[in-house]
Amino acid sequence: MLFIGALVGAPLVLAIYLSFTDATAGSLSGPWVGLGNFRQELHDPIFVDAVWHTFLFTAISQAVVIVCAGLLAHALVRPFRGRWLLRFFVLLPWAAPVALTAIGFLWFYDPQASIFTWFLIKLHLVSAINHPTWLGTPRAAMSSIITVQAWRTIPFATVIFIAGIASIPQEVDDAAAIDGATGMKKFWYVSLPLQLPIAIVAVLFGIVFTATDMVVPYILTNGGPFNSTQVLTTWAFQTGINSGNVGEGAAIALFMLPVLAFVVVGMLFFARRAEVT
Amino acid sequence: MSSALRHRLFSYGVVVPFAIVLAFPFVWMAVTSFKPEAQVYDPTKVWSFHPTLASYGFLFHHTGYVRWIKNSTFVGLMVVLITLVVAVPAGYALARLAGRVGRSLGVAIFLTYLVPPTLLFLPLSRVISRLGLEDRLWALILIYPSFTIPFAIWLLMGFFKSIPQELEDAALIDGCSRFGALVRIVLPISVPGLLTVVIFTFSLVVNEFVYAITFISSSTNRTLTVGVPTDLIRGDLYNWPGIMAAILIPSIPLALVYNAFLNRFITGFTGGAFR
Repeated sequence: MLFIGALVGAPLVLAIYLSFTDATAGSLSGPWVGLGNFRQELHDPIFVDAVWHTFLFTAISQAVVIVCAGLLAHALVRPFRGRWLLRFFVLLPWAAPVALTAIGFLWFYDPQASIFTWFLIKLHLVSAINHPTWLGTPRAAMSSIITVQAWRTIPFATVIFIAGIASIPQEVDDAAAIDGATGMKKFWYVSLPLQLPIAIVAVLFGIVFTATDMVVPYILTNGGPFNSTQVLTTWAFQTGINSGNVGEGAAIALFMLPVLAFVVVGMLFFARRAEVT
Repeated sequence: MSSALRHRLFSYGVVVPFAIVLAFPFVWMAVTSFKPEAQVYDPTKVWSFHPTLASYGFLFHHTGYVRWIKNSTFVGLMVVLITLVVAVPAGYALARLAGRVGRSLGVAIFLTYLVPPTLLFLPLSRVISRLGLEDRLWALILIYPSFTIPFAIWLLMGFFKSIPQELEDAALIDGCSRFGALVRIVLPISVPGLLTVVIFTFSLVVNEFVYAITFISSSTNRTLTVGVPTDLIRGDLYNWPGIMAAILIPSIPLALVYNAFLNRFITGFTGGAFR
């Protein structure tokens, strides 16, 4: 049985390894261009911008997620009346298919009938004539897609954070109480260090799924206006599928590897630490 | 008592506003979906309008919506089947494989789950066209296990680890084979875990977008996530109430089962590594 399992596991690892080599080989389906694709991309201003946008998109949305999910997890970890229903509401954005909810946001950001604009007008924060067009200007479009990405990853991070908090044994709490640790002090010196490894794994997850996500930018802006929200994934798709330059597209997608490598190393490190504690 | 009360106030104070913000888009989708198409742009009819089910009727009778649901379900079920056949023995073996090797293998498999579709879709599109599977649902059924299997193995490892080894040892002494012990002892205990894997695998498949939009080109073969954004938009005309209805119909049931199975999911997800 063990051998069968190992035999199943090994080809799986091998398959992924092959898909990696295939990813580079795929770009060589035409004449051999060596590093030509990569060199060309590095000189393309749209590509350089896309790298920067990917970084912004990931960093800002995940920073928002950490703060919100941290708060939510602490509030949700202990039972209280109505928790089931409230947790259901909190989970909605994660459980619903993101490709579909992103279209929903396309409607919420509609230039004429945006519900957000309606609220802002009612609150007299913007004028009815000169209101923001959420996806129409570069800065607003970037903020809009970041908002959607944060909105949909908060539930997942919350769930993992809760697991992290819940994994702290009751004895630790009691011991801390006996030693006179309370409130912020207890949180800072006892709870936080103990839940940190799991929390960081959740954050690393968020980073991978955001940096390599295509759905939200693709559906909401498709990189526009004027490539102001072009991220690596949408640019790879446009180059590889829409323009048919598979090699170039694959080269663009491969620039996501450093992010992945960084996250994988981080994860291994913290997974080991979690086991030790 | 006062500390408990304060904690409860903190919980409500934080969760209620967040729940409102996170769930509001769905409320607004529901409101829009019941509006007559002519009134969605009318600024005087934002909350007061004549509710109608017309968009739901339109969705079911005049679009490929039912067809896409069937496609998504079919692909989902096939992928779940393939995933279980591979992942159950693999997850079991990895959970019982003692020492560093088992752990490292487990983590290695988990890391493959992190390799994103956006990195692989271009080379894979070549493979699919070489196999002559363009625009076939079988292309998706072939490709999706590449991320569902690692995910499922990881979850199952977590579940199997929580089953005491002694139970199986007892079965082995009583004359069961290794395989018999798996089928008769381990699997029946793991039914809730298996169910969790089925549900989350299925929803991963239904949620998938990148491969589906790359490999499928004809309207009748689209899955839910691709059909709605591409086909419900006629030229530049968006049938917004219909689209909102199309989003809500799969989302609500998915969220309900998520909520019901969430605790088990957490056990499996964190159990593989942290216990």
